[in-house]
Amino acid sequence: MCSTCGCAGDGDPVITDPAHVHSHDHDHDHEPGHSHGHGHSHDGEGAAPHVQAPVTTETLTLEQKVLAENDLGAARNRGWFDGRGILALNLMSSPGAGKTTLLVRTITDLAGRRELSVVEGDQETLFDAERIRATGTKVVQINTGSGCHLDADMLARGLRVLDPAVGSVVLIENVGNLVCPALFDLGESARVVIMSVTEGGDKPLKYPHMFRSADLLILNKVDLLPYVDFDVGRCTADARRLKPDLEVLAVSATTGDGLDQWYAWLDRTLAPAVL
Amino acid sequence: MHEMAITQSVVRAVAERCEGRDVDQVTLLIGRLSGVVSDSVRFCFELCTMGTELEGADLDIVDVPGRARCRECEELVELPDFIALCPCGSADLEIVAGQELSIQSVEVKV
Repeated sequence: MCSTCGCAGDGDPVITDPAHVHSHDHDHDHEPGHSHGHGHSHDGEGAAPHVQAPVTTETLTLEQKVLAENDLGAARNRGWFDGRGILALNLMSSPGAGKTTLLVRTITDLAGRRELSVVEGDQETLFDAERIRATGTKVVQINTGSGCHLDADMLARGLRVLDPAVGSVVLIENVGNLVCPALFDLGESARVVIMSVTEGGDKPLKYPHMFRSADLLILNKVDLLPYVDFDVGRCTADARRLKPDLEVLAVSATTGDGLDQWYAWLDRTLAPAVL
Repeated sequence: MHEMAITQSVVRAVAERCEGRDVDQVTLLIGRLSGVVSDSVRFCFELCTMGTELEGADLDIVDVPGRARCRECEELVELPDFIALCPCGSADLEIVAGQELSIQSVEVKV
């Protein structure tokens, strides 16, 4: 698919290594009058009902999970990560919760301690990948076009470009959306939901699938708590109604408050992955 | 809208299984706690099947209500959403139905 206009129309995601962006121009010859032929006539349509010969049908039983294809891809990714001792985190939030800011801060604070690389998922633009790349960290951008979430196949293709190091941490920033990414397993080691206090504390109960699927909830932008009506205790309790053992960390990626807990969580989670 | 991707998966799986035969009807099981909206799937089905062997096929969606077993009192209870409580007051519920999202069967022309 053309990454400029998406003209192939097949919805294929576009994977870009921002270190190798080059200009891309080509002609878009869409025949103005391209026809869509019909091989049958519509005589009498809307008038007398058709007399149809009885059609015999056969029933095929599938009993197959709709997401079987994605789940298989996720299992492949999981094996790929396990074989390389890589800890892969699927980071999900609504747009603007501070995922990229948290990533940039994490990369800066852990420089020299942990090898990190990043997969960025967005519908369009390389904005986030450029922010990560500015830190000197390996990053690949997946643009989903019309897609509202990353899936296992997109991630597999992104990983081939990213080529993360053995024993490293891959941070996957999913498309900003609290609905769709909840259903798609990417093969990650853990699912991290990031929510900012400016969004309002009702998000866990409004988006239960997302919070039920999480292994860790990060409440970001706590430096703004004095200015907003947000009850950390209540939000935490609501999230735990959906996922009783959910770990919740209150942080500010801007001021650095609480980030030690996040780094300690990473150390704890990473340990079994690399040993 | 993840229902588009979900419906595309259905169409791919059915087309693969039917090996070019015309499809008359597809039956899906969609639980009320599955995170998928049946009406959206219906809308996407017509779009996704155009030009495939599923074009014109009926879509039958079997709606599965949420049910849970209470780990405290062992009763089976209706579960309209994830935050419901057992009438005994317990929140310790094990979901036993309502999370289904599967292709049950397909009718093909012979």
